[in-house]
Amino acid sequence: MSRLTPCFENLKSQGKKALVPYFVAGDPDLEITLAIMHQCVESGADILEIGVPFSDPMAEGPVIQAAHERALEKNVSLNDTLALVAKFRETNDKTPVLLMGYANPVEAMGYTSFADNAKAAGVDAILLVDMPPEESVKLQNALKPHGIDNIFLISPTTNDDRIAKIAKVASGFLYYVSLKGVTGAGHFDIRSVEENLARISRFSDLPVCVGFGIKDADSAKQVANVADGVVVGSAVVNVIETSKSNILESVGSFVRSLDEAIAP
Amino acid sequence: MSTKSSFNNVPDSEGRFGEFGGRFVAETLMAPLDELTEAYKRLKNDPEFIREFDEDLAHYVGRPSPLYLAKRWSDQIGGAQIYLKREDLNHTGAHKVNNTIGQALLAKAMGKKRIIAETGAGQHGVATATVAARLGLECVVFMGAEDIQRQSLNVYRMKLLGAKVVSVTSGTKTLKDAMNEAMRDWVTTVDDTFYIIGTVAGPHPYPLLVRDFQAVIGREARRQSLEQAGRLPDALVACVGGGSNAIGLFHPFLDDESVAMYGVEAGGLGLESGKHAAPICKGKPGVLHGNRTYLMEDENGQIIGTHSISAGLDYPGVGPEHSWLNDLKRVNYVAATDDETLEAFHELTRVEGIIPALESSHALAYTKKLAKTMDKDQIIITNLSGRGDKDIHTVAQLDGVTL
Repeated sequence: MSRLTPCFENLKSQGKKALVPYFVAGDPDLEITLAIMHQCVESGADILEIGVPFSDPMAEGPVIQAAHERALEKNVSLNDTLALVAKFRETNDKTPVLLMGYANPVEAMGYTSFADNAKAAGVDAILLVDMPPEESVKLQNALKPHGIDNIFLISPTTNDDRIAKIAKVASGFLYYVSLKGVTGAGHFDIRSVEENLARISRFSDLPVCVGFGIKDADSAKQVANVADGVVVGSAVVNVIETSKSNILESVGSFVRSLDEAIAP
Repeated sequence: MSTKSSFNNVPDSEGRFGEFGGRFVAETLMAPLDELTEAYKRLKNDPEFIREFDEDLAHYVGRPSPLYLAKRWSDQIGGAQIYLKREDLNHTGAHKVNNTIGQALLAKAMGKKRIIAETGAGQHGVATATVAARLGLECVVFMGAEDIQRQSLNVYRMKLLGAKVVSVTSGTKTLKDAMNEAMRDWVTTVDDTFYIIGTVAGPHPYPLLVRDFQAVIGREARRQSLEQAGRLPDALVACVGGGSNAIGLFHPFLDDESVAMYGVEAGGLGLESGKHAAPICKGKPGVLHGNRTYLMEDENGQIIGTHSISAGLDYPGVGPEHSWLNDLKRVNYVAATDDETLEAFHELTRVEGIIPALESSHALAYTKKLAKTMDKDQIIITNLSGRGDKDIHTVAQLDGVTL
């Protein structure tokens, strides 16, 4: 079992929701990313979602695309991202770490090697945006012996049959994409989120985290009222991009504001 | 036709050509791709749909396109007889329109009001803007900022046709980034928008339906070869970027064992230089833009920049069916360099009075090499996939001429 299930159980027993900040490994460099990881935990993050840089991040809006490009300028790879997690684990063995990325870097490493390396580094879960359950059999088979969770997306266009199919292979939690669009889009609608979460709960007992389009304390609070966890990506990346000298302080205070907003 | 091992049974229901193809997309796109697959399954055997497609190809595109024996060029080379399949004579100047006509009819049947497309050289963008204008549909074309510069003529053509051209400034600012941006648009607008992909790549069912729409090229060529030469050709040659004109020509011949096939990738400054766009010759299998296929990538799985004299071949991937045909050794994949291409461009222009597209000139460059190794009574059919008007500025610049 990964660190995710105990994490959600612990939060549930306290009546709390998971706060999941996202940022890209190596944006602006790996040393700062490591510091950001620790800072986020200190400021109330429950799970860390680390973007693996990719040359063609098709599901991302402009803010996160630019973060991938900044990381790639520093040649940050999947290997480097795993090394980053291993370094984080030297002083934190408790906070679950989820990698989010695209299929090709994992395909290039090889599924078995990836699973072995991810386990050794202390990774808890992987979400490959462009690898729906139909295409993920090899990856699932490689991850299972290591107890690493494969996280899948469910979107507003996912019908009941597909939700059932996804629920069958998913573990850790389900990731509900709050809108039709790319990360950081601006047309988030809490009513539709609520309806879809009710639909998902008919097929799975797994916790459900909601992401895409949650940009501030207010939207995070709305989501926390109806979901088990809140993923905030573009807004965090934007803080990293725009704060010049005081990145840690700025990210810390932003994450803290989200944590306070979603507190019971 | 061989009954024991036909090449016509792919892809399977999940869009796989052996280990290639598939559907590697974000969850939001799974439903619209299912919807498209179902619509195509329903319509492809619908007599009314087929009639409309055939009529449009005949009266709007101007098909069948001629199969022309390039006698003077063949004699000059001194080998096989070279026939050119004249896709350059199609309305809008290339094979691309065969596919956009088909997909636009699908869009109409599915009740979609808005069309998006990606384009490299601009030929697919123009062909899409053309059918959108004709059907009165809103049209947005995504094009890399760098391609917009080198293909300004086609950009203006699209605008004249009423399309909005969006300049894509992310990544390498070329075709692959335009495709990323089109996917980002589609994921946001799936309810009313139809994405017309211009090549035999992308998530299932695109490689299937684009192939089917382009296969008219090979069906005609097969029939014309039997009529004009009294037999099937010995070899087929076509350029391969994503590979839609090549699949269109090859597919109806795949079960004809005596017909050799050559797909010509963009060799750029040479395969050893690293500056090319030849994923089958020099890449390895990976996942990009919804399918598993041969890709140009680095050791970390990052897609790398490509180089080609022609914007239309400047793409790091290739259609999954080509990857499959390569591994089965049914088609030989080779490359032509920028220099060889340019030489073939000038040669055909001067000897036959036909100005070919730079993309198609890659096929011509290899044809020249191949013909020399063959006898005078042998036949090559080369796909002249597009005309070269759009490339005049590029060629003039390379020749040091200011227009």
